Amino acid sequence: MNREPRLVHVRQNVLKQNDIVARALREEFRRAGVFVVSLVSSPGSGKTTLLEKTLAALQRSRRVAALVGDLATENDANRLARTGARVKQIVTGTVCHLDAMMVRRALEGWELAGPDFLFIENVGNLVCPAAYDLGEELRAVLLSVTEGEDKPLKYPPIFHGADLVVITKLDLAEAAGFDREAARRNIEAVAPGVPVLEVSARTGAGMDAWLQILHDRAIAAHR
Amino acid sequence: MHELSLAIEIVEIAQAEARRHGNGRLLAVHLRLGPLAGVVEEALAAAFPLAAQGTEVEGAELVIERVPLVVYCPSCRAERELGAEVWLVCPVCQTPTPEVRQGRELEVTALELER
Ligand SMILES: Nc1nc2c(ncn2[C@@H]2O[C@H](COP(=O)(O)OP(=O)(O)O)[C@@H](O)[C@H]2O)c(=O)[nH]1
Ligand SMILES: [Mg+2]
Ligand SMILES: [Zn+2]
Repeated sequence: MNREPRLVHVRQNVLKQNDIVARALREEFRRAGVFVVSLVSSPGSGKTTLLEKTLAALQRSRRVAALVGDLATENDANRLARTGARVKQIVTGTVCHLDAMMVRRALEGWELAGPDFLFIENVGNLVCPAAYDLGEELRAVLLSVTEGEDKPLKYPPIFHGADLVVITKLDLAEAAGFDREAARRNIEAVAPGVPVLEVSARTGAGMDAWLQILHDRAIAAHR
Repeated sequence: MHELSLAIEIVEIAQAEARRHGNGRLLAVHLRLGPLAGVVEEALAAAFPLAAQGTEVEGAELVIERVPLVVYCPSCRAERELGAEVWLVCPVCQTPTPEVRQGRELEVTALELER
C-alpha cells in the first residue's frame, strides 16, 4: 500500500476574486470617463486633509466624488462632505483595508458617468492595502515628513505599488528634521522612477503641482 | 491584519480544488509567496488554522514557499535575483530595475491529498 500523499498541482492566485472585480471596475470607470485616484498611507499622514483641499479646488471646474474607508470611529466622510462633493463612507469595521468588492458595493446606485474624478481614501495602513487592487487609475501613497524617511524600506510592497508618492506636511519638514534626500533615495530604492511630489495641505505649497498631475493624468487616461 | 481574509480565501481555494481531485483527506496546502505580495508570513501561518477550523481543510498544513525577488536589468539585459532586501537595483551593475519579473506571487500551487 502506498502511503505517500498524492500531490496535485493547482495554480490559483489567492486574490483572484478581488482582481477580477478590480479589473471589471477599471473597465467601467474608463467607459464612464471617471478618473479614479486612491490614497494610501499610515493613519494620520494627511489623506483626509489633502482630499479636503483637493475636492475644494477641483469642485470649481469639475464634478468630484469620494469614497472613504473608515474604521467606524473617525468622521472623515463628514469632513469631506463639507466641501460639497458627493461623499460616501465605507465602514470597514475591523477590516484594515478596502478591497474591490467593497468599492463595488459602495458604488451601487451611483451614476458612474456623473463625476469626473472619484477619490478613494483607503484605511490608514501601510501593509494590508498593498495586496488589493481597487480598480483605480492612480494610486497615490502618502508619506508625511513626521513619520520617518525609512518607511519605504520598512513597507516595500505599498511603496512599490505606488503610481505617485506624495510627501505631506511639508510645512513641518524643518521642525521634524526631515531628510529629503534620504526619503527620496528610499522611495527610489523600492519604486525606481516613481514620481515624487512634496505638498503641504496646510500652507498650500505644492498643491498646484498635485492638481496639475491629476488633470494631466485624467486627460491622458481618457484621450 | 488582512491575513485572516487571505487565509479564508486559501481555505476556499483548497477546498474547491480538493473536491475536484477526488475525496482523499487534505494533508497540506502549498503556497508561493513573494516579498512584494504584501503579506506577513507569520501572520498568515497563524491565521490559517483558524480559517480552516470546521472545514475540510482543518488539520492540513500550510507549506509556504518563499520565492525571491527577480528583476529585469535593462543594462545587463538579464534577469537578476535580489537578496532579502527589497532594493530594486541590479546587483551586478547598480542600474535601477523597476521591472519586477517575480516577487508578487500569492498563489496556491499544490495540494497533498491522502491516497
Ligand atoms: N502641519 C500640517 N498638519 C497636517 C497637514 N495635513 C494634515 N495635517 C494634520 O495631520 C493630522 C492627520 O490628518 P488627516 O488628514 O486626518 O490624516 P489621515 O488619517 O491620513 O486621513 C490632522 O491633525 C491634520 O490636521 C499639513 O499639511 N500640515
Ligand atoms: Mg483620514
Ligand atoms: Zn545590470
